[in-house]
Amino acid sequence: MQPSEATALKGAPKGALFSGWSAGLAGLLAPSEEGLKRSYFKGTGLAAALLSPQLIILLFFFFVPSWKALSLAFVQIDPFGGKSVFVGLRNFVELFASENYRYSAWLTFWFTITQNIITLVIAGALAFAIDHIVRARYAYRTVILLPYAIAPVVTGAMWAFLFNPSVGPIAGWLHAMGLPWDPNLRPWDAVVLITMASVWNHICYDFIFLTAAMLAVPQSLREAAAIDGASQWRRFRTITVPLVMPTVFYLFIINFVYGLFDTFGIIDAVTRGGPAGSTTTLVYKVYQDGFVNLNLGSSAAQSIVLMALAVLFTILQFRALDRRVNYQV
Amino acid sequence: MVERNPVLTIICHLILLAGAALVCLPLYFAFVAGSHTGAEMNQVPFPLLPGDQFVENAGKAWQQGNFSRVFFNSFVVTLGIVFGKIATSIIAAFAITYFRFPFRRTAFWLIFISLMLPVEVRILPTYEAVADVAGPVRWALDVLGISSVIATLTGYRIDAGFNWSLVNTYSGLIFPIIASATAVFLFRQFFLTVPDELCEAAKLDGTRPMKFLFQILLPLSIPNIAALAIILFIAGWNQYLWPMLFTTDKNMATAIVALKNFVPVGDSEGGWEIAMAASFFVMLPPTLVILFLQRWFAKGLVDSGK
Repeated sequence: MQPSEATALKGAPKGALFSGWSAGLAGLLAPSEEGLKRSYFKGTGLAAALLSPQLIILLFFFFVPSWKALSLAFVQIDPFGGKSVFVGLRNFVELFASENYRYSAWLTFWFTITQNIITLVIAGALAFAIDHIVRARYAYRTVILLPYAIAPVVTGAMWAFLFNPSVGPIAGWLHAMGLPWDPNLRPWDAVVLITMASVWNHICYDFIFLTAAMLAVPQSLREAAAIDGASQWRRFRTITVPLVMPTVFYLFIINFVYGLFDTFGIIDAVTRGGPAGSTTTLVYKVYQDGFVNLNLGSSAAQSIVLMALAVLFTILQFRALDRRVNYQV
Repeated sequence: MVERNPVLTIICHLILLAGAALVCLPLYFAFVAGSHTGAEMNQVPFPLLPGDQFVENAGKAWQQGNFSRVFFNSFVVTLGIVFGKIATSIIAAFAITYFRFPFRRTAFWLIFISLMLPVEVRILPTYEAVADVAGPVRWALDVLGISSVIATLTGYRIDAGFNWSLVNTYSGLIFPIIASATAVFLFRQFFLTVPDELCEAAKLDGTRPMKFLFQILLPLSIPNIAALAIILFIAGWNQYLWPMLFTTDKNMATAIVALKNFVPVGDSEGGWEIAMAASFFVMLPPTLVILFLQRWFAKGLVDSGK
């Protein structure tokens, strides 16, 4: 695997993101040279035609819906009559006052933090190990990569089966050890189960990035340190770790995004948010309140909260990516 | 490796074997469960060796789940997403990097903003947008007063006749997913590394922009396109939330949605062997892609950061 020199998002308009909006906004309207090839074509009509498919799809399926989500959050809708009344911030007030939502927010926070750290630790150990062996590398890597191909729903189905209290083999062993394992009745067991399934599905992703980062550590640095008499452990601690750290930071943010948004399939296949709402993460709650309980105003307000989170993580991701790129030797 | 350290090597192999076991054991048990009859599977202790019913169970699942049809759907939708995303992203990135025109950065920013809000965040309004694609158009005509003009002139009410729902269509499953900021960034990033002399030379020879794109840029982009196509194929095949919401008709479901219907809920005991057998052929296409195109796949993942 070749470590990448240029990452896709390195060319994002970070100037405007991080160094004040004013300059960025002024630059939006003036034709600028930034990110333009030194040798370019003229032809506004053709450029517009080339951009139009992307922008039209964005308009219809991104900007209009996002705008609707924003406006829905401030009205009360009668699901049967379709009349809407402007209620200001009431949806949000009700949301933050509701016990269920506060629980869901806490659950999401702990669930994402836990799966994040476990995933990073396991992936880090595997990447470290594969970096220090010569034989059978390819075979190990192929096996560890497999879960990337497996959909969250399929992962969920498999783990739901393994730990199913009546037929699951692992649940059977737990019962044999005298543990009262039952994710269908005991909330804590259900949370543990979705956490394990989420970690299992995501280790491969972190592993790929960490392996690439470790490969990118220059061999010359390690050899120089070895000649100076640094032990293998010390070389790892003082050379590899600092150089891989930006990637770890980047993955930490990506894992958060994964835990927030991409675990929907796992939760839907394993617990459907139960028992008694104990595994209803924020995204699952948006779906349940909007599509199942038809509480449109509340669901839209929750969407806005998630949007704010998504924007925050995107900005963090770019900062992390920036560092990841700049630290490459 | 600078020096040999047999102890460390053994420890590393043990860590990797543990990791491989962590990955393989759930898959192995799922396979064992899929290869027994329901009665055999429910015995205590759980059988540790595969039985001989796998083909039988898979066949049952294929029949019950209407998988011939949903597999076809999955392929159409996934390939549509892969092709559509790459095509729209390449031309958009080409326009942004190789053309000078007013609002160039505005266009770039519009695409950039879309990166910030994943589909999961705005499922409900997007569902409305797909169920009523012409809505914004009707609204625009209304605001501009055009619809009342047309109504008086022709007697034709536009807001009644202008309805267009994409629910239960391939377009509804493909189009909303196609716009991809990540892919635009990836290609833009690549185009910025292409030597300027190529474009200079092409312009001296009087090459038209489109010809330059097709004959010079595209052949150079093939490694990037291949890597991205693999990532998009796997992501497209495995997506669940979107097709689940957008297909109310069983014949329009994708393989993943159909599989979900096999998973027993809560304490119901039967049917696990069928569900497990089915999960194996549902995960087959992306698995084959990863096994055979591993090098490309890893490159694409690290490059696109997706």
